[in-house]
Amino acid sequence: MLEQQLVNGVVLGATYALFAVGFTLMFGVMGVINLTYGVYFALGAFAALWTTQGLGLGIAAALPVGALVAGLVAVAIDSLLLTRLRRAKAPELASLMVTLGATLFLYAGMAAWLGTEIRRFPAAIFDGGAYSLGSVRVGTTQLLIIGAAFLFVAALLALVRGSRLGLAIRAVAENPEAAALMGINGGLMVRVVSFLSGAIGGAAGVLVGLNFNAIQPFMGEHMMLRGFAVIIVGGLGDLRGALVAGLLLGFAEVLTAAYISSTFKDLTAFALLVATLWFRPMGLFGRAAAKRA
Amino acid sequence: MRSLMKGMTAAAMLLGAVAGAGAQDKSPVKLGAIEILTGPNSRYGVAIQRGFDLALAEINRNGGVLGGRPLALAYEDSAGAKEQALNAARKLIGRDKVPLILGPTLSNEMFAAGPVANERKVPIVGTSTTANGITAIGPYVFRTSLPEADVIPVTLRTAKEKFGVKRVAVMYGNDDAFTKSAYDVMKAGLEKLGIETLTTETFGSKDTDFSAQLTKIKGLNPDAIVLSALVEAASGIALQARQLGIDPKVFIIGGNGLNSPKLGEIAGAAADGTIVGSPWFVGKKDPANQAFVAAFREKYSGDSPDQFAAQAYDTLFIVAKAIDAAGAPDSEKIKDALIKVKHSGVMGPFSFSESRDPADTSGVVVLTMKGGKFQLLE
Repeated sequence: MLEQQLVNGVVLGATYALFAVGFTLMFGVMGVINLTYGVYFALGAFAALWTTQGLGLGIAAALPVGALVAGLVAVAIDSLLLTRLRRAKAPELASLMVTLGATLFLYAGMAAWLGTEIRRFPAAIFDGGAYSLGSVRVGTTQLLIIGAAFLFVAALLALVRGSRLGLAIRAVAENPEAAALMGINGGLMVRVVSFLSGAIGGAAGVLVGLNFNAIQPFMGEHMMLRGFAVIIVGGLGDLRGALVAGLLLGFAEVLTAAYISSTFKDLTAFALLVATLWFRPMGLFGRAAAKRA
Repeated sequence: MRSLMKGMTAAAMLLGAVAGAGAQDKSPVKLGAIEILTGPNSRYGVAIQRGFDLALAEINRNGGVLGGRPLALAYEDSAGAKEQALNAARKLIGRDKVPLILGPTLSNEMFAAGPVANERKVPIVGTSTTANGITAIGPYVFRTSLPEADVIPVTLRTAKEKFGVKRVAVMYGNDDAFTKSAYDVMKAGLEKLGIETLTTETFGSKDTDFSAQLTKIKGLNPDAIVLSALVEAASGIALQARQLGIDPKVFIIGGNGLNSPKLGEIAGAAADGTIVGSPWFVGKKDPANQAFVAAFREKYSGDSPDQFAAQAYDTLFIVAKAIDAAGAPDSEKIKDALIKVKHSGVMGPFSFSESRDPADTSGVVVLTMKGGKFQLLE
């Protein structure tokens, strides 16, 4: 029982982390809370669905297509909505409002275009079998989600900390004007980060859609609330923080449901959020925003 | 003096009646309908709209109501939000002056819109609102959908008699009036039948992960899982239960929310064995039902009707009969006529009880899922 619940916690936590990594990256570099992030989650899943159903390809092709489509849409939306605001040095509240409006628009548009019925990937494309180890069972898609969460965080950290591109991204995050004076193309960096964030959101949508076998336009809406909790607990813009906080939240929810009462599942998650804001408003690792990304 | 007054009133009424007949009023009788036409739950509202539209076409083809006036429907979208349902009711009553409102789709929404209609003395007829306490809102609130309090006990009794279910785990969505009220009925029904409840687990209606609750249930080894959920959550639960290795023999006993072909489409074989009670079934053999199913498929390019469409379809005929009996598109008269209507539709014999709920439960059928499709439990 406990072993299975721990596995459940890791899987759920990895799901949250996977979702939140792109969200927090977007915040860390660009300093905006982009609420359209939840939309890329569903967009990636739908693009992958189309790849498997329309083109008859397997999941190995669908996953990159989902990530690519979501990433490109993220770049388009960012340059359409936020570039102007950035140029005008609008306050953070303005970008929050603009992305909130855009989110409602995009959800309504997707619902009208794609319908609100739940879709599922064709059963044949992926053998979602489960492995048993003693009394513990874990599915192939669940292993994929855990793997992807760790892989994305590791890859992003390597990129941001260990490459010239990462150096440029960090420079833009720290001080866009100074970065521009050093000859760094700030606009390009913003597009690169938008693409990466959107692509991660899209890939997360594909994997989560595959795991729960349910894809619909509003699937990111519910995740956004958890995503918020994760990036705040982990520290805004902190990639490792997102991973740790995601896992923490997953464990907290699963263990509450298992050993206290499922009624308190949501309560625990948000108690964690409130406690973080109370005791460690900078997030678990408490570093200044500009140093994180 | 008094008799003179009486005579004059009678004469005036007679005159009015003659004038009415003479003028041959052919203007449409417009009713309001509040349904979920957009958003995540629009599947229910759109099914209902299709049921209404099919019935509307048939009624108008046969001469409409009140001796030749066509019936018309003004749809308002509630999007599944009770605030929006409330505003829609206000708009239909205040601006469109409709004599009767159909809907809204969800019990949640009825608890918001119902009191407004009741206060303004406009009858409101729910076709899909099955929660407890709907018609207790007031004398102008009706429903044609069998409350779950009538359907669920039949399902539970069948599970006990046919499969010898003795120990169950209960799961329900605790943030939705519909799933919570079905849970209350289940709890009472289980106690009455002497079935032991090993644990009661809850979840949010938008949750996608149920592994913690199901792992706990697996450890308790129940005969069945009694589940009150909407179809999205129910599909997720069925899939994850099998993924966690809960024996396929541990079947799910569902409330009305599980009674949807979507369950089989999403969950596939994982949902096999699930049983639900239903006021209606697409495969019911009687000629009225078969004609309805055929007409529906023809109108909607092969799509099959569901329970929501069937309930809506019957309801419009019931309402049309009440308008005819009332003799005028007048809210008060329609209200008084509705309670007396007798109708035999695709759901079976129908009449209202004194509390404005359906009086007859003889149409209830128990269904079981096999190969992703519901069929009558033999």
